[in-house]
Amino acid sequence: MGNWAVNEGLSIFVISALALARAPAACLNFNCMLILLPVCRNLLSFLRGSSACCSTRVRRQLDRNLTFHKMVAWMIALHTAIHTIAHLFNVEWCVNARVNNSDPYSIALSELGDRPNETYLNFARKRIKMFSRSLSSSMRMCACEAWSNSGLPVTMPTSQRKLRTQSNKNPEGGLYLAVTLLAGITGVVITLCLILIITSSTKTIRRSYFEVFWYTHHLFVIFFIGLAIHGAERIVRGQTAKSLKEHNPMECENKISEWGKIQKCPIPQFAGNPPMTWKWIVGPMFLYLCERLVRFWRSQQKVVITKVVTHPFKTIELQMKKKGFKMEVGQYIFVKCPKVSKLEWHPFTLTSAPEEDFFSIHIRIVGDWTEGLFNACGCDKQEFQDAWKLPKIAVDGPFGTASEDVFSYEVVMLVGAGIGVTPFASILKSVWYKYCNNATNLKLKKIHFYWLCRDTHAFEWFADLLQLLESQMQESNNAGFLSYNIYLTGWDESQANHFAVHHDEEKDVITGLKQKTLYGRPNWDNEFKTIASQHPNTRIGVFLCGPEALAETLSKQSISNSESGPRGVHFIFNKENF
Amino acid sequence: MGQIEWAMWANEQALASGLILITGGIVATAGHFTQWYFGAYSIVAGVFVCLLEYPRGKRKKGSTMERCGQKYMTAVVKLFGPLTRNYYIRAVLHLLLSVPAGFLLATILGTACLAIASGIYLLEMNSTHSQESVFLGSPLNPCSSVSPQTPACRNAWELLGGCRPRWAAVRGEQWTPIEPKPRERPHVGGTIKQPPSNPPPRPPAEARKKPSEEAEAAEGPSAGPQDNPIPVTDEIV
Repeated sequence: MGNWAVNEGLSIFVISALALARAPAACLNFNCMLILLPVCRNLLSFLRGSSACCSTRVRRQLDRNLTFHKMVAWMIALHTAIHTIAHLFNVEWCVNARVNNSDPYSIALSELGDRPNETYLNFARKRIKMFSRSLSSSMRMCACEAWSNSGLPVTMPTSQRKLRTQSNKNPEGGLYLAVTLLAGITGVVITLCLILIITSSTKTIRRSYFEVFWYTHHLFVIFFIGLAIHGAERIVRGQTAKSLKEHNPMECENKISEWGKIQKCPIPQFAGNPPMTWKWIVGPMFLYLCERLVRFWRSQQKVVITKVVTHPFKTIELQMKKKGFKMEVGQYIFVKCPKVSKLEWHPFTLTSAPEEDFFSIHIRIVGDWTEGLFNACGCDKQEFQDAWKLPKIAVDGPFGTASEDVFSYEVVMLVGAGIGVTPFASILKSVWYKYCNNATNLKLKKIHFYWLCRDTHAFEWFADLLQLLESQMQESNNAGFLSYNIYLTGWDESQANHFAVHHDEEKDVITGLKQKTLYGRPNWDNEFKTIASQHPNTRIGVFLCGPEALAETLSKQSISNSESGPRGVHFIFNKENF
Repeated sequence: MGQIEWAMWANEQALASGLILITGGIVATAGHFTQWYFGAYSIVAGVFVCLLEYPRGKRKKGSTMERCGQKYMTAVVKLFGPLTRNYYIRAVLHLLLSVPAGFLLATILGTACLAIASGIYLLEMNSTHSQESVFLGSPLNPCSSVSPQTPACRNAWELLGGCRPRWAAVRGEQWTPIEPKPRERPHVGGTIKQPPSNPPPRPPAEARKKPSEEAEAAEGPSAGPQDNPIPVTDEIV
């Protein structure tokens, strides 16, 4: 049990499982403190609002809260693994020392605590009771003799040896400790919780079976409670300060047989170190509790569904009103429908503009919850629904950094891939409202909009919006304000035939828009060059909501098509985190 | 939660359990713990479970993301037929494999995790069985003589898929390998029409003669370089 000696900072030559366990424990304290903070989204919103003085780039880091949460979770898993492995060695060696299957120093140290007025060091205490007193006294004598003579381990009488080593040797001893000590029980339980949380948080499960992920994740409550009481039994022992004054480990290490006999080395007294973990995690636990209370309070606020619109291809639009709701472009909200599920909150990007007196979301019907919502709103029925039949909705939010940057450029390129076009609905509407209200104040003069889509299904409701904008622009004689390009990236031959036949018609066959749909992927180089030639000497903002690969492409194109001097066209790529 | 396929989660859990068993086994063996041979067993069991669970099965609905390089193991797992396909057998297998590792503290976590994975597989079987209880009891089904609500009452042969009519009704209770779809060659040329192979139909003999006679007649008087059938005027403004 050089563990103890090492712990007090002495020998570095003994491999210390205890030190190897305490180090990750310290890291775990820190990580468990951090893990709760990124998921307090209302707290983050508050920080975002109050840090309005800081640059947008700083505030945008708050949007990567989930990435941070995952990183910290992986660290927790790693440290738990090291901690558990180190303690496995520790338990094995401690139990061995207790059943005299170890070096004499360790065995002798394990004896401490057997007699009255002694505090124990080795937490493996259990022995066969009826023999303990006689055995320990004889062991003490034997140990003394052994030390004083040759240092060889004592050979005990056979009968005594058998009795002593009968029970609680490894592996039963270790298992016994795991189920009787608080640290053992809590350790096993919270590690199991952690493993269940991790396996249900993999991307496949999260994307396909969100409910499994969400409900299993609540095991974190058990995790934190177990973590707080994990060290309560104080089985990690160290010499008390008082005892250190009387008994110096450095001097008395080799005189173990004389402990209690000579004045310099009285029997050392040990005490457990007080649990520290709770001090780290109580703050974040309190903050998270506040967060959940805020969410609950917000969910009780009345939200009225003013309109439900069914769009083709399984999309519905909910227009709602809530007192005191303020949004910015590009933000998202969490929605709960108690009629469908009492506990689930799901995020949706806002598709309405801040200038409108309602806020709206577009929901694609893909799973259990969305289908439940579809039915609850009466979308499956043909006849007109009364307002009182609509379900109660709870809304939390809005969250996310607003995309105000769009309005600080004269010319912008907006690129949305697939479902990533949703935040742009909000942006385009808002731009249009600003233009209608006060065109001269608006810095933004021209929008180049690119929508990349795999199939035509997703077009419908957004195409309606574009049609509306198109007609409104024509009415106000400003058809050049918005130029949009829709790219159909997944087309087959039958569709191609259809397009070829209807090529000459005025309106596009798919979208009904004046501007024709293009096929395949855009040639970004050409696009950038064309735009650069149309707007020389301007700063052009490029905004993307889409996959990483596209972000790389656009970033490179922005850099390569920007001119080097201060004059000339500059493309500034803004990585958006919708 | 009607659409949840518990088997997907059970698969992740079992894979994690395999890794935990291997780790615990290495700790016990390398540290020369007492009765370290349980640790050695744990390593072997862990490797077996990992290899068995690595190929992700195909989901009932929607597309499934393959794990990196899983097609090699898919071929091996497919070989064992119903033994690996059937989730009930997998559940029982995992439960049995987890028991010996429970004797050592180092590997007991692996035992617990694998037992949980086994439980989740049973949950999958239970939920699919309760869904299919509508199908059971049909007169065509000779295997439905026992109560449909208790899976334990069914005999082993049924469970192994020997009962064809009922098994056909249940698609989700087994592991189906993700097979790469054979690449459909783009059907080029389906709409490209070949040029006609026959010469165009010839007009009747009288029609053929007339132009040649007229040509002979016209050739006589003009004898000029070009004879325009339509009068051409040179407009100089």
